[in-house]
Amino acid sequence: METSTRSDQPLLELQGIGKDFGAVRALHDVDLAIRPGEVVGVMGDNGAGKSTLVKIIAGNFAASHGEMRFEGRPVHFRHPIDAREVGIEIVYQDLALVDNLTATANVYLGRELKWKLGPFAFLDHRAMANRALEIFGELRSETRPQHLVKQMSGGQRQAVAIARTRLANAKLVLMDEPTAAISVRQVAQVLSLIRSMRDQGVAVVLISHRMPDVFAVADRIVVFRRGEKKADKAIRDSSPEEVTALITGAKEAA
Amino acid sequence: MSTPADDQVSYANIREEQWWRRGVFASQTGYVTAALIVLVLVMNFASPYFFTAGNLQNVAKNFSFIAISALGATFVIITAGIDLSVGSMMCFAAMITSMVMSGLSTPGAFGADLFVHVAADGKTVVANVPGLILLVSIVAGMGVSLIVGLVNGFCVAVLGLSPFVTTLGTLSIVRGLAYVVSNGRGSFPGGPDVDYFYALTSGTAFGVPVPFLYLLFFAVVMAVTLHHTTFGRHVFAIGGNENAAEMTGVAVVRVKMTVYVISALAAGLQGIIICGWLGSAPANMAISYELNVIAAAVIGGANLAGGVGGPLGAIIGCVLLEVIRNGLVLAQVNSYWQQTLVGVIIIAAVLVDRIRSKVS
Repeated sequence: METSTRSDQPLLELQGIGKDFGAVRALHDVDLAIRPGEVVGVMGDNGAGKSTLVKIIAGNFAASHGEMRFEGRPVHFRHPIDAREVGIEIVYQDLALVDNLTATANVYLGRELKWKLGPFAFLDHRAMANRALEIFGELRSETRPQHLVKQMSGGQRQAVAIARTRLANAKLVLMDEPTAAISVRQVAQVLSLIRSMRDQGVAVVLISHRMPDVFAVADRIVVFRRGEKKADKAIRDSSPEEVTALITGAKEAA
Repeated sequence: MSTPADDQVSYANIREEQWWRRGVFASQTGYVTAALIVLVLVMNFASPYFFTAGNLQNVAKNFSFIAISALGATFVIITAGIDLSVGSMMCFAAMITSMVMSGLSTPGAFGADLFVHVAADGKTVVANVPGLILLVSIVAGMGVSLIVGLVNGFCVAVLGLSPFVTTLGTLSIVRGLAYVVSNGRGSFPGGPDVDYFYALTSGTAFGVPVPFLYLLFFAVVMAVTLHHTTFGRHVFAIGGNENAAEMTGVAVVRVKMTVYVISALAAGLQGIIICGWLGSAPANMAISYELNVIAAAVIGGANLAGGVGGPLGAIIGCVLLEVIRNGLVLAQVNSYWQQTLVGVIIIAAVLVDRIRSKVS
């Protein structure tokens, strides 16, 4: 099972995906395939269609055209929960963390472990803390499970948000600008979190404005301009200069 | 699975705080408890009557009269909401309970024949089943509380109205209804079950006023609920970041509905207990008690911005208010100063906490 998904069969496959908002065409005829354990950097200027694409994959809204396959099966997401059920998790730009709760509580928020006593169910604090510690270890993050999120740095907060996706055993993690609002030192931490997810066979789609981050961590780069995919190539075959040209339109396609 | 490797990321910037700088010791609840202990010691020297059994029993009883409602209101406050309708709710629940009780105990009144009959002497009213009238009347009082709680919760959680405005509305609506149903005269508990009623509301057990025992019971239940159940965790999550809670799959609407129902039920129960103490349910009963309840919760450390609060804080807040009131009486200070002092303490308690978070 594990080996078959690691083969060349794409985890996620988009064919001719398009999205219209009334008369506005936000996304046009996008083909994209993402394999397990692959980090795909998605770049483009504001309004290029990156967010629209991510929201279609995450189930925030349905595509107007085209077909989406996950592990070879056609999927139609009506709600983010549908996407989550097949194994697609999204790490939101604002991280969706609750400051006044601990790291563990955040990781398990909405899917707490419980033990039963007659008709009552109580939180299983120890099991949740142990599993959270394990996940932080896998992510090579020293985030302490019992610490409140409000005491944490931006990098640690990212670790907590990513730990949520590990808990769900996500196969594909969408990250929306994870390095936008944090310090240089923390960026390095987040990039290493992304690498450790990749090492565990998780596919990561990294939406970012920051060229150095994408080139540091991505295997492949996809560039959007005005709702269309303009490039899709291995990172070693490209360069920041080329990508800049593709984003601005100085170069039409690659 | 990879193991923590050599390139392990270091988060050495966060270290464990000393024990006296974390948990309850570093919270507003901690400071207020310390202040309360100091106050009690001062009272001990200021008045020889303070530490007498009678006075302590009195204090315990008096603060129990708002503390149960303060527990319920704290749930709402933790979710960053507020419930201004608790004072009116106390009155209305007390009124419905006592009206149902005396109504069902009046032979010839609607439905009363099911519950009572007149004894052979032609005067004494006897219950068909002892205690049944009491049960029905308390269920009626709690029933109206449930309805008001559902209305508050529906307006806030489903319709998205502001909690302040919604409960300001129900404050007025429910108070108005209390005047309407009693024609402004209030009502009195009565009938064959009234002795049970007084025993359950203003009696003592093991030398302790029963309201105080109820309070302890509910405080323990609340502590367990807040810290050891999914519901409690979600209450804190909603108060901390409602959007995040929503996105991570917390049933925000259901949890918010529930906290308003809890607050209304606690206020209703509180009203019924107060009614037993007063021996009546006047239409102006518990006016402005919502302010005492909220003040107690806030003094005890609940944060109106949400995400912080608990039963210990709510009770400590109530005790502090009552000790001050009691102290001023014992010290023969003009009792009109009480309200002024309460206001000063609210601001001082919040100020100390603000200074602490600035310093750390």
